[in-house]
Amino acid sequence: MNNKIKRFLPQLLTILFVVFVFGFFTINAQTNMDNRGIDFGFGFLSQEASFDMQFTLLDYDGQDSYLWAYVVALLNTLLVSFLGIIFCTILGVIIGIARLSQNFLIKNSAAWYVEFFRNIPLLLQIFFWYYAALRALPLPENAQPWFGVTYMTIKGYYIPSMIWENLNVFMSCLIAAIVAIVFIRIYAKKVQENEGKQLPVFYISLALITVLPLLSFLIGGVTLDFEMPVLKQLAQTSFIFEGGVALPPELIALVLALSLYTSTFVAECVRAGIQGISKGQKEAAASVGLTPNQILKLVVMPQALRIIIPPTTNQYLNLTKNSSLAAAIAYPDLVLVFAGTALMQTGKAIEIVGITMLTYLSISLAIAALMNWYNKRIEIKEK
Amino acid sequence: MNFSLNRIKSQNQMTNIYIGSALLILSILDVFLNSFFRINISGSLPGNLSIFFPLILGFLGLSYLRTEYSGYKFLDSLNKNINTTNFNAFLTLFITFAILKAFPPALSWMVLDANISGDTKEACTGTGACWTYIKVWFKRFMYGMYPNELHWRINSAFLLVIGLGFVGYFFKENLKKYLALYYVVIYPIIAFLIIYYLISGGSFGLVWVETGAWGGLSLTFIVSFFCLIFCFPLGMILALGRRSNLPAVRYISVGYIEFWRGVPLITVLFMSSVMFPMFLPQDFFMDKLVRVIIAITLFEAAYCAEVIRGGLQALPRGQYDAAKSLGMGYWKMHIFVILPQALKLVIPGIANTFLALVKDTPLIFVVGLAEIAGMLALAKTNPKWLGFAMEGYIFAAIIFWIICYAMSKYSYNLEDKYKTER
Repeated sequence: MNNKIKRFLPQLLTILFVVFVFGFFTINAQTNMDNRGIDFGFGFLSQEASFDMQFTLLDYDGQDSYLWAYVVALLNTLLVSFLGIIFCTILGVIIGIARLSQNFLIKNSAAWYVEFFRNIPLLLQIFFWYYAALRALPLPENAQPWFGVTYMTIKGYYIPSMIWENLNVFMSCLIAAIVAIVFIRIYAKKVQENEGKQLPVFYISLALITVLPLLSFLIGGVTLDFEMPVLKQLAQTSFIFEGGVALPPELIALVLALSLYTSTFVAECVRAGIQGISKGQKEAAASVGLTPNQILKLVVMPQALRIIIPPTTNQYLNLTKNSSLAAAIAYPDLVLVFAGTALMQTGKAIEIVGITMLTYLSISLAIAALMNWYNKRIEIKEK
Repeated sequence: MNFSLNRIKSQNQMTNIYIGSALLILSILDVFLNSFFRINISGSLPGNLSIFFPLILGFLGLSYLRTEYSGYKFLDSLNKNINTTNFNAFLTLFITFAILKAFPPALSWMVLDANISGDTKEACTGTGACWTYIKVWFKRFMYGMYPNELHWRINSAFLLVIGLGFVGYFFKENLKKYLALYYVVIYPIIAFLIIYYLISGGSFGLVWVETGAWGGLSLTFIVSFFCLIFCFPLGMILALGRRSNLPAVRYISVGYIEFWRGVPLITVLFMSSVMFPMFLPQDFFMDKLVRVIIAITLFEAAYCAEVIRGGLQALPRGQYDAAKSLGMGYWKMHIFVILPQALKLVIPGIANTFLALVKDTPLIFVVGLAEIAGMLALAKTNPKWLGFAMEGYIFAAIIFWIICYAMSKYSYNLEDKYKTER
């Protein structure tokens, strides 16, 4: 009996405390909203947003609803996160491997790179790139082409855009190629397990993924044209580029800062992962007659990835959350558009901040769940 | 590649060393003269060859120098460290030349062509950095809009708080058992009182300075300091809650931790500035700075809890069993046996959390508190001082870098220290 009370009482008290806090807040919010004449509800989502966005991936204008503005802004956030993740992975892997180099200079340069970019607050880095570094770029009329067809100017980075015809044919060819590769891999594995023969899976896959899309160009009626950015004079001293795709400086500054900052953490994860593989593993693999390539592919990488992937995913998650700093330099991401402009216009503080937080929370929880599933899958199964 | 390069080498090792060092020195000299004195000794070569000339020369030089063992200490360590393979030699040269090329422009911008004299924008005539800007705005960057003649109050408050932090070192042996009590309970309260009465004033004959005037780097310190001392006890409770065997307590702790860890700090700050006032009683006014500190504390407590949980999990089960077998209850066991050991384990982790916290504080700029990033934005848009954003951000970056680098080195040291003790 005594034991039961001991277990029951603290739980009851905790629950009561939580209920009390929530109740207190709810009652206050109710009275505050009644006094100010605001009502709680999500009806505003279907109203006309009537504000503009500088940069969007999908078609959007002021007549669209708040809900559509939310979707477009969320896509902008995801775009920054996606680009940041790609670049920080590339940089991070290079730097992480460089830190393990035998070469004194390379090792130390990589170490200083990590120490340098890791210890400066991300917000300051974003400001530096946006307000200081990118402002030093030339005006459109003075811009020299990079790689012949792209222009880096103070107003953004201009690249040629692709104009597809029959894009769906091309895409279905690509998907067909990928599906075929998956089946061939499964088949090759079966052959190896049953007969011990190794099929040249890599070359077959390479051939499939190049030949099938190429065929779509030759006989599928797919065409690809490039629209080049062209300098156009608006007035005596005012020039702009027309055509092509314009990446705004906000996006560039954000992706630069995020990927440089996060790459230092990824580099540390990669280094720890590779260092975590004992030398004995490689020696054992060599002594059973595996080639260096096979050792890397079959012995070192699977084990290193097991150490590298969980913390790296955490860094990707941090990058996604940090991409909300976009609001500070007016890149139209979820926080700026929704928790900033939309909130100012509608005054629905609780609903809008709530939706914004829930969005980030669901991204985080989804990735965390995926990670847990992956960890379970690659766990070392001890007998 | 290796084979063909070896064929051009002489059989005599000394000849190889002479040729190699001559080529290497020539290549470095070329880049050096080029970048420091603008003399291009390979200028007569056609077009692109002139650019790659030192690279090719140095590459040949290094491949001549590469030997198993020469007997010269310097040469052997060179070969072992930066000249093991062709690829390594190439990267070595590339990095060396890049540093040589980048150094003179950076030096002339930051030092040689820079200005620091004068008090106005007109004093900056050189092509380099305008440090006059930093000099004029220095007090604003440090103290925000806090009145100039009252800066001693901030300084002395910080000195007092830091001094009190070290008091623990001088505790006598018989007082040592109260150390935790001092740091977790008494110190935060005293520090809060000092900062409240000294910096905001309003009593003891000190002039009241509203929090809107606080700013600059000192605000960074105030916010991160308070968030740290408040988030630690909260994190401890949450960590214990997460490891509790009472389902209601556990699920609530897990929910709390996962919620705050899943949202970005910037939305938390938005919440504190626009949503939080709605949740308070009608006539209850809470200062914006206080709201921000509460928000960051709640946010950071979740991270703190995870760090402390790591420490709790690292303790062997035997510790719990031993404490239970002595008849200790839950609280007695945790206060006297588990927490003292676990907290010692997590000190490096807490230092890392604090480091992240300091790096996160510039964000309060977004809700309108003029922390150093905010002061920079203000100075940047001042009509008298347009066009010096670069200097401002480099200055702030240097300050933060020094603080964060020192802290991260310190936390590495702590990690080493506590690793060996166990």
